Amino acid sequence: MADTDQGRVPTVIADDVHIVYRVNGGGGGRGSATAALSRIIRRRKGQTDRGVRKVHAVRGVSFTAYRGEAIGLIGTNGSGKSTLLRAIAGLLPTESGKVYTDGQPSLLGVNAALMSDLTGERNVILGGLAMGMDREEIKSRYQDIVDFSGINEKGDFISLPMRTYSSGMGARLRFAIAAAKQHDVLMIDEALATGDRKFQIRSEARIRELRKEAGTVFLVSHSNKSIRDTCDRVLWLEKGELLMDGPTDEVIAAYERETGK
Amino acid sequence: MTSARPSADDGLSPAELAAKYGLSVSGARPGLREYIRQLWGRRHFILAFSQAKLTAQYSQAKLGQVWQVVTPLLNAFVYFLIFGVIIGADRGMPREVYVPFLVTGVFVFTFTQSSVMAGVRAISGNLGLVRALHFPRASLPISFALQQLQQLLFSMVVLVAVAVIFGSYPSASWLLVVPALVLQFVFNAGLALVVARMGAKTPDLAQLMPFIMRTWMYASGVMFSIPVMLEDKPAWISDLLQYNPAALHMDLIRFALIDGYGGSNLPPHVWFATLAWSVVIGVGGFVYFWKAEERYGRG
Repeated sequence: MADTDQGRVPTVIADDVHIVYRVNGGGGGRGSATAALSRIIRRRKGQTDRGVRKVHAVRGVSFTAYRGEAIGLIGTNGSGKSTLLRAIAGLLPTESGKVYTDGQPSLLGVNAALMSDLTGERNVILGGLAMGMDREEIKSRYQDIVDFSGINEKGDFISLPMRTYSSGMGARLRFAIAAAKQHDVLMIDEALATGDRKFQIRSEARIRELRKEAGTVFLVSHSNKSIRDTCDRVLWLEKGELLMDGPTDEVIAAYERETGK
Repeated sequence: MTSARPSADDGLSPAELAAKYGLSVSGARPGLREYIRQLWGRRHFILAFSQAKLTAQYSQAKLGQVWQVVTPLLNAFVYFLIFGVIIGADRGMPREVYVPFLVTGVFVFTFTQSSVMAGVRAISGNLGLVRALHFPRASLPISFALQQLQQLLFSMVVLVAVAVIFGSYPSASWLLVVPALVLQFVFNAGLALVVARMGAKTPDLAQLMPFIMRTWMYASGVMFSIPVMLEDKPAWISDLLQYNPAALHMDLIRFALIDGYGGSNLPPHVWFATLAWSVVIGVGGFVYFWKAEERYGRG
């Protein structure tokens, strides 16, 4: 893809995005009657509003992502990386500000749609349908998904309920299902860290493939190595604010200085 | 601090840039027609999700899917013991009518009750799913109502057996069960959509719902005949209770299946009243749910 001025087509534009979570029962023990009572009596204004606490997770983030870019998101735990991804995908409503996207960005992950009481086989179908694939598409990819996950390497496990899988096996099948679909804008939330060494290599190769097919890739990871390997631009978030946005080496170097690694 | 090199787009505001390249706002609510189209596109997911939930329900039990039939059977038996034998709520009906009357009532009302109970948690109980994947959110409440419909079809096996044991044999009128269930499903799905939106905003509703549903059950004549029980009360009370949707749904199935339960037990214009309820709640519930589509997922 030509990276000339004319060729730089934006795929995701975040314009001053703010995201606020509302947490019920966060404000000083909703369960206890005395706490509820004192809340009614005092009625203080501020962060607590009738026992609902607001968490301002992302504060005014703006950036523009272009076609062909692979963008890493780094930051300490709770800095708002995953929240920002969900907002880009349109899964979390923004408090103020807007996210413009080209097509439908999708988060790589189907964990929530799968049911541990069902067999791996049915979960492949359910997960595929949940991601918006049709039955024909799933049928044609089914064998690839099972082979890629390597679930059947140690016997016929795909016909057993997923609750019988080891945590690594479960994670591998989940990744295999999630990675079966092609996306315009793909977002990956620490999916690389699953499975054994052999599977990690295989999944990294698959991510590179997906990256080639997708217009733009976002990757959240705590592994600076996997960010360096896959991304050419990095956003550094801290306390919900965009601290730095630039080429991978520059930002990672600054991040490592700051976190003392 | 950005990596962008100078380009012709630099002077543009984000909104102008988005307009220039035809980007759309992420997470915006689609129009009603587009929403219905998307929902139709997800019909396989809706069906598969409901079947998966149904199967997962009993997958840890030794008897497995046998419980699909045994649970409603035990339910009907307990109600018969309490209302038929101990309290004697079978006034005005011979036993061969009362037993299928009661079993039909329990099963048909359970369909509505479980749809509402599942609906109220459809969004608030599945936030993980809502925050991870894209699909029209109406898929969830509809899928839960569909799960309960399939559960009812299992119960129908028991119901048919009970009807035959008590002397009502298959006849042409049994076919009326199909339109009656379709109407009830549309009504239940609409109601599930309404409570799903309310439950997404106020999860406390899930705590309140069992009491509302129980009140509704006792007011709908699940285990007694409304006109017989309210003989000495003003007629409008009886009319009001008889035209409530739950009572209408039960009466239609009873009329279809039970030989000794003739048209004289039904209020006038019963099909029209049921249809009106289904259209109003079905369409109204759908539109009401769609209006908040972009806000689901905020915890």
